[in-house]
Amino acid sequence: MSDFIEARGISFSYAMDDDPNPIRVFEDLDLKIKEGEMVAILGHNGSGKSTLAKHFNAILMPDEGMITVNGMDTRNGDLLYDIRQEVGMVFQNPDNQIVATVVEEDVAFGLENIGVPPAEIRTRVDDALERVGISEYKAHAPHRLSGGQKQRVAIAGIIAMRPRCIVLDEPTAMLDPAGRREVMKTILDLNKNHGITIVIITHYMDEAAQCDRVVVMDSGSILIDSTPEDVFSHVRMLKSVGLDVPQATEICYELNKAGYTMPTEVLSVKNCADELQKLIERTYAAKRKAAKLGSKNK
Amino acid sequence: MLKDITIGQFFPGDSFIHKMDPRMKIIATLLYIIMLFVASHPLSLIVGILLLVLLYQVSGIPLKMVTKSLKPVVPVILFTSVLNIFFVSGEALFKFFFITITKEGLTLAILMSLRILCLIAGSSLLTYTTSPIELTDAIERLLNPLKKFKVPVHELSMMMTIALRFIPTLIEETDKIINAQKARGADMESGGLMQRAKALVPILIPLFVSSFRRADELAMAMECRCYRGGDGRTRMKQLKYGHRDWIALAVMVLCIAAVLLLNHILG
Repeated sequence: MSDFIEARGISFSYAMDDDPNPIRVFEDLDLKIKEGEMVAILGHNGSGKSTLAKHFNAILMPDEGMITVNGMDTRNGDLLYDIRQEVGMVFQNPDNQIVATVVEEDVAFGLENIGVPPAEIRTRVDDALERVGISEYKAHAPHRLSGGQKQRVAIAGIIAMRPRCIVLDEPTAMLDPAGRREVMKTILDLNKNHGITIVIITHYMDEAAQCDRVVVMDSGSILIDSTPEDVFSHVRMLKSVGLDVPQATEICYELNKAGYTMPTEVLSVKNCADELQKLIERTYAAKRKAAKLGSKNK
Repeated sequence: MLKDITIGQFFPGDSFIHKMDPRMKIIATLLYIIMLFVASHPLSLIVGILLLVLLYQVSGIPLKMVTKSLKPVVPVILFTSVLNIFFVSGEALFKFFFITITKEGLTLAILMSLRILCLIAGSSLLTYTTSPIELTDAIERLLNPLKKFKVPVHELSMMMTIALRFIPTLIEETDKIINAQKARGADMESGGLMQRAKALVPILIPLFVSSFRRADELAMAMECRCYRGGDGRTRMKQLKYGHRDWIALAVMVLCIAAVLLLNHILG
């Protein structure tokens, strides 16, 4: 797989006018995202992850270094709209990214902007609504929908533009558990079945555990960049930068600390339950063995 | 609570009028208004009244809605009627001390009252049968020729759409802020006018701050979706005049002709 987004030595700082001490967000950062990957970016507030995400579709430009999207340099103004068609972005608050007063009109918004002919807009909009599973609400007003449905409308608006990559900035932060599940299911489907590259910024570790790759950021630099299994086995390091691990991983970690042998790369609840069962069986078998030996010795 | 406020007065339906092209509805409404002012005799106005009754029948808008829309104009009608009856000079019908009621005054009063009633009921029909989004859309397209004179038609209609989109969101937010301030002991129900106005400050300030934040986020989301103004933009829904619209136009033109004829006959 080739690199779809490539950041080379980028630095960025928020500078107020004539401010002698601009706030450095990150410095000399490298990151590559491959086509078809699903990458989670973790990090506590202020670690620079949202700022980084905004570099991926040329909303922000690096002060130094460069970012290429599918080979296109984001600093090239002529390619701006090509880049934004390739990399769609979904934000935290669904209310603040829906423009129109009818669901299908909103999904059509991006396509109207890039001048797609009306008949094709129609088919693409219906297709996008179908893919996120909200076809039945297409004539509704957005404010009548639930948070999860609204966020899926926002995602539909992006996928209607047929991007090859979607960057989601905490898409589930404002949703209830049911809404979070709906949205995560949609995102996973887009990645697994439609080959869309996903970059998801999240505070939920169980969401990160479902990705192919996890990048942990801390005060503007990349701390770890590896598979979820590997990343979450560094429980102590994650905790030191203010992050958590999935509950299943935490149980295994704590049991390990208490002297029971448990694998450290457990991520899913099912996996954890299996391991716990094995542990119980092992302990029980050991106890029985000890009891047998004891009775023999008598 | 605040959530129950309906925006506009759209009354969803499936009638001939609902299905008309919103542009033609606006044009027809303008023609109707012209017709009302062309009619110079109360009897010529009968055409307008009959047409109105017919249109409301076709649209399936309940009569209750019509009376509701007419209620606020009753004082205006009374006021103009009184002025017309007592202060227009002409052939006296009735004299009592200094009060003179003239034939011309009476005619004019009836004419004006009917005109105002028809005007309000007629233009209400437009907003009853057309959703706000259709209206903005139609206005944008009707005003499109003005773009040549550097009128920012697309921008204005985009602003209208966004305003309509955010009214329910902001109403919900206002509700939340009011509750939050009440929970902190804010008193909004008692006191005089000044005190109540002052009590609004802690609601308006957070509302403004959050509106600016929303505007900022919305602008970024729009940029991410390649928004760059009206140039080169296409629309998913194309408006097309159908046979319905031509029938409506023909009816309006015929009615205006009928009014002119009646004017001529009645002198």
